Amino acid sequence: MVRKKVLMKGNEAIGEAAIRAGCQAFFGYPITPQSELPEYLARRMPEVDMIFLQAESELAAISMVYGAAGAGARVMTSSSSPGISLKQEGISMLAGADLPAVIVNIMRGGPGIGGIQPSQADYFQATRGGGHGDYRHLVLAPASIQELADLTWEAFALADQYRNPVLILGDGMLGQMMEPVLLPEEPPPLVDKPWATTGAKDREHNEIYTLHMGMEDLEKHNQRLAKKWEQIAREQVRYDKFMLDDAEIVIVAFGIASRVARRAIRMAREVGIKAGLLRPISLWPFPTAAIAEVAKQARAFLVVEMNLGQMIEDVRLATGGLVPVELFSKITIVPNPKEILQSLCSLARRTGCKIDEAAIKEESA
Amino acid sequence: MKTVFSRPQALTNKPLHYCPGCGHGIIHRLVAEVIDELGIREKTIGTCPVGCAVVANEYFNVDMQQAAHGRSPAVATGIKRVLPDRVVFTYQGDGDLASIGMTEVVHAAARGELITTIFVNNAIYGMTGGQMAPTSLLGQFTTTTPYGRKKELQGSPIRVAEMLATLEGAVYIARMSVHNATHVMRTKRAIKRAFETQLEGKGYSLVEILSTCPTNWGLSPVEATKWLADNMIPYYPLGEIKVAAAVEGIN
Repeated sequence: MVRKKVLMKGNEAIGEAAIRAGCQAFFGYPITPQSELPEYLARRMPEVDMIFLQAESELAAISMVYGAAGAGARVMTSSSSPGISLKQEGISMLAGADLPAVIVNIMRGGPGIGGIQPSQADYFQATRGGGHGDYRHLVLAPASIQELADLTWEAFALADQYRNPVLILGDGMLGQMMEPVLLPEEPPPLVDKPWATTGAKDREHNEIYTLHMGMEDLEKHNQRLAKKWEQIAREQVRYDKFMLDDAEIVIVAFGIASRVARRAIRMAREVGIKAGLLRPISLWPFPTAAIAEVAKQARAFLVVEMNLGQMIEDVRLATGGLVPVELFSKITIVPNPKEILQSLCSLARRTGCKIDEAAIKEESA
Repeated sequence: MKTVFSRPQALTNKPLHYCPGCGHGIIHRLVAEVIDELGIREKTIGTCPVGCAVVANEYFNVDMQQAAHGRSPAVATGIKRVLPDRVVFTYQGDGDLASIGMTEVVHAAARGELITTIFVNNAIYGMTGGQMAPTSLLGQFTTTTPYGRKKELQGSPIRVAEMLATLEGAVYIARMSVHNATHVMRTKRAIKRAFETQLEGKGYSLVEILSTCPTNWGLSPVEATKWLADNMIPYYPLGEIKVAAAVEGIN
């Protein structure tokens, strides 16, 4: 059978990819701009004999995820920014208890209730462990509907592989827009979960817990978890390059902002600016080494993000002061490529990068 | 030689950390005896609260999950929905269930989740050192009501069993007490009926159990049982609060 692309909305593509990845249960709570995802699964999960349950709150939804994950199921929840704040209690619990689960954040603007426009303002919350305690989890940032589907599938595999929650960080634009997508067909292989609480038949009883009262015990527990997160950091760095080989100015952007950045880079090339893109796909672990390598050749960096400047801190840490790193920031407005081009021109002039001023005059004429 | 008394299989041999005169030890044993008698130890999964019973995962010899504070009914929902043929119970105190976790228990009951809740009401926060609970009595002295609980400041204590009994999905709701042997035996019967309600797929079941906290009440274990009888039972009437028609045939 030939696999065919289908035209799907981002939120629905996540839902269908989750089903095809063997998601056994979804627990969620309505919030714009991700509600199409629970709505889609409310319709589809019963068709494949799987569980959909609308929880009474985000706190309850993530706790149901915890219970089901602890019982050995492949399980998912989704929300948008204010709801993800509420889920942090449970995400900290999942991380502390080594439980695999997939969490989707289709970001909107904040702080507080904010609005329903797309945003990337939860970068810090996502990558720094928004809940309490010292923990890490993978943060995957898709930039297309195809990648939403692919990374959803992978998120289930990675959650099981590392026994750790995985966060998919999209934004309202990705959630709402439609693109052709090739959906996955086979789920990732099931892994044995001898630790799961399924009933203590012919074995000792299993316990899933996060309390470690002894000082030494808690220290040891944290150090063991740290080893796992160091392994993830070594093995799961993901990024994409676009016109980067000869780039003098490097844009770093993720998600929907990176799509606009590509357009701006093409426009910049037309006026002689050697611009390129490094797009982090894993926001944690961050592609620090790749950026450090690029910083040896580049003359300047422009970080394009839909927040007040959050990822730029990681880019500055990676570049270690070798080159200027500037910010192009919109909070809840998807950037206009022309505005990014203006920033690129300004940066090129100030850092002595190649630029064809005649071509620019011609363009504006 | 004939064995007339032994540890239930559903308890581990770990010594309990509870204070002298605390009701948790009795209630743990009752739950374990019921699990043994129903022959469901190998298919039972329990959740621990945050509170004194937070380490119940070490005491019950069944699969256990520790939930975040108050979230036990949601965690239990997650377990039961993906493992519908298992027996799932939550073990919760009054702070965990009636304060921070009130939303979760109300909605689990409203959905008629096929889980059983063991709700230990000792009218105080034990683990954190004797603060006011939603079930602390009017006039009761706690570390956060040093002048006594006042209706105009902290409101009146919540009667959880009666409140949940109004929900369609809750089919078996009882309030029992463990302050003396007679009531301990009655409590066990209620726990058994609650588990049987789940086993027969009838709906949500809960047994509220009045219990003692001598340490934080500032009383001796003997005085504490008397305080419970004299003060708690008049406000929290004992008995089967709700036995839905569907449950009447059970037991």
